[in-house]
Amino acid sequence: MFRFILRRLLQMVLAFFGTTLIVYALMFAGQGDPIQALAGERPVTAAQRAYLTEKFHLDQTGVGGFFYRYFDYVKNLLQGDLGQSLTGRSISDILAAAWPVTIKLALIAMAVTIVFGVTAGVLAGIRRAGIFDNSTLLLTLLVLGIPTIVLAPLAQYFLGVRWQLFPPTAGADPDLYALLLPGIVLGSLSLATALRLTRTSVAENLRADYVRTARSKGLVKRRIVSVHVLRNSLIPVVTFLGVELGNLMSGAIITEGVFNIPGVGFNLFRGIRTEDGPLVVGIVSVLVVVYLVSNLVVDVLYAVLDPRIRYE
Amino acid sequence: MSDFETVAASENHTARRGPSGEPGAPNQVGAPQKPRSLAGDAWRDLRRNPIFWISLALVVLVAAMAAFPGLFTANDPRDCLLSRQHAGPSGGALFGYDFQGCDTYSRAVHGARASLLVGALSALLTGLIALTVGMLAGYFGRWVDAVLSRVIDIVLGIPLLLAAIVLLKRVNSDSATVRIGAVIFVLAVLGWTTGARVVRSSVITAKEQDYVAAARMLGAGNGRIMLRHILPNALAPAIVVLTIALGSFIAAEATLSFLGIGLKAPTTSWGIDIDAGRVHMRESATPLVVPSTFLALTVLAFIMLGDAVRDAFDPKLR
Repeated sequence: MFRFILRRLLQMVLAFFGTTLIVYALMFAGQGDPIQALAGERPVTAAQRAYLTEKFHLDQTGVGGFFYRYFDYVKNLLQGDLGQSLTGRSISDILAAAWPVTIKLALIAMAVTIVFGVTAGVLAGIRRAGIFDNSTLLLTLLVLGIPTIVLAPLAQYFLGVRWQLFPPTAGADPDLYALLLPGIVLGSLSLATALRLTRTSVAENLRADYVRTARSKGLVKRRIVSVHVLRNSLIPVVTFLGVELGNLMSGAIITEGVFNIPGVGFNLFRGIRTEDGPLVVGIVSVLVVVYLVSNLVVDVLYAVLDPRIRYE
Repeated sequence: MSDFETVAASENHTARRGPSGEPGAPNQVGAPQKPRSLAGDAWRDLRRNPIFWISLALVVLVAAMAAFPGLFTANDPRDCLLSRQHAGPSGGALFGYDFQGCDTYSRAVHGARASLLVGALSALLTGLIALTVGMLAGYFGRWVDAVLSRVIDIVLGIPLLLAAIVLLKRVNSDSATVRIGAVIFVLAVLGWTTGARVVRSSVITAKEQDYVAAARMLGAGNGRIMLRHILPNALAPAIVVLTIALGSFIAAEATLSFLGIGLKAPTTSWGIDIDAGRVHMRESATPLVVPSTFLALTVLAFIMLGDAVRDAFDPKLR
């Protein structure tokens, strides 16, 4: 167990450096004269140039200098200092304001997934190959096949603009009702996957030997399903939901952009639209870290929850 | 982001061996009539599956649209007149005109080419990388496998959409060919890992078979064994994964174009049109609904096709 966690941790560190190196190399390296780019059209005095060169270690050239500056960037990233966007706001401030909204949205999506996806998955798994099972399978295939850029604008148009069941956009400081429709749209994808996963897992466990034993002991079906089968079937589902929570927090770019929700994804969306390089890099770096950490937590959780699984 | 991530993730736990054993292996021991091969069995299953036929028909239709858009519409997608802004259906324009006064239907038909081109080429490139890496890792094992598997783990740990944003932001050229090439490259570089894992596991199963030992005893070298004996067995599951990946690559291309970092304006793409239609949905919804429907049906068709083929080859997953 300890060895597994250690190995997984080392792997994450590698992935972290790999990803940040790529992000850094693409955004900041090889871009002509960075000092002139910072100043724009205005002339740069020799004193300013010397100061900035000193400040950002631009005098070190070659591969060594590149890594020197890269580690500077990583150090700032780990200390939570993400620099400023092109509009002059501190990126850490932008993110601090955006996180609560994004987390709220992700939690709504997660609740939708659990309430509808897992319940329907258990029912479909118990009545396998029935009408309910086949129709949910087809329905989930439909949901998995429809990209968010189709689902989000169409939901916004039909449910928000045409039939006016939900507010079409959220705006600043959104309440729960305004986040409900985006939450459902965001959660629909994980809902479909969670449903299929639960279904397969329940159906597989129903055929296991311990279920036959329980049945031959004369236990009622409800007890077999709720105590014996569910407990074992939900292990992969729980881990999937863990990965999804990480995904939902970083993955709401389209949904937040379409519904105008001032979360992290929305700021990234705006950063891309307005060509705000530093903002994009700052947010992407943070999101990558969130993604990596949530994957790590889930992997460790998986090993803890299911002692049958050994990673060696 | 998670369209393609979830599709890929749902592949992870379904990535089984696929058809094991040699397709043409003579195994009619004591059977009076010729037994059906695994592929024959799968084909019998597929023939009776309506979803297979529906999705195949859709795929053929979209492919025809991409190859010969002139068959479906006579109007030029770039023939736009502001005086026709949001005008109703007329002439050849089945669904009327969009905000810029372009024929909505014609734009949707012509959008098929970019989507399918990106989807097919990135799936092809992905397949090549996945086959090479999976084959090397599975066949040689030991340290080669250890190194390549770690590389797979790391690339798999990079969120696709975020990485694609960073990589594509670096491409400043506005030329259509460069942008299409860049999108294909980015999707292939980030999307090959699932395929490589599938190939690796089927190579590991295949290389333990007796016919591989027999070939080696007859003096066949590593290259010959890999290409002639193991590759045919690793191909079928890889193709299924790639069909589904093709669908998600099309969705990814549309998403990137929607964000404004994939393909750009002179190219006709569903993602660009959905974004443009979204802005003016209150005045007229058809410019949003039409390309959305085209995109959703295309992605669905590929995913359903791959799903049906996989079910036929691997019935225990049902």
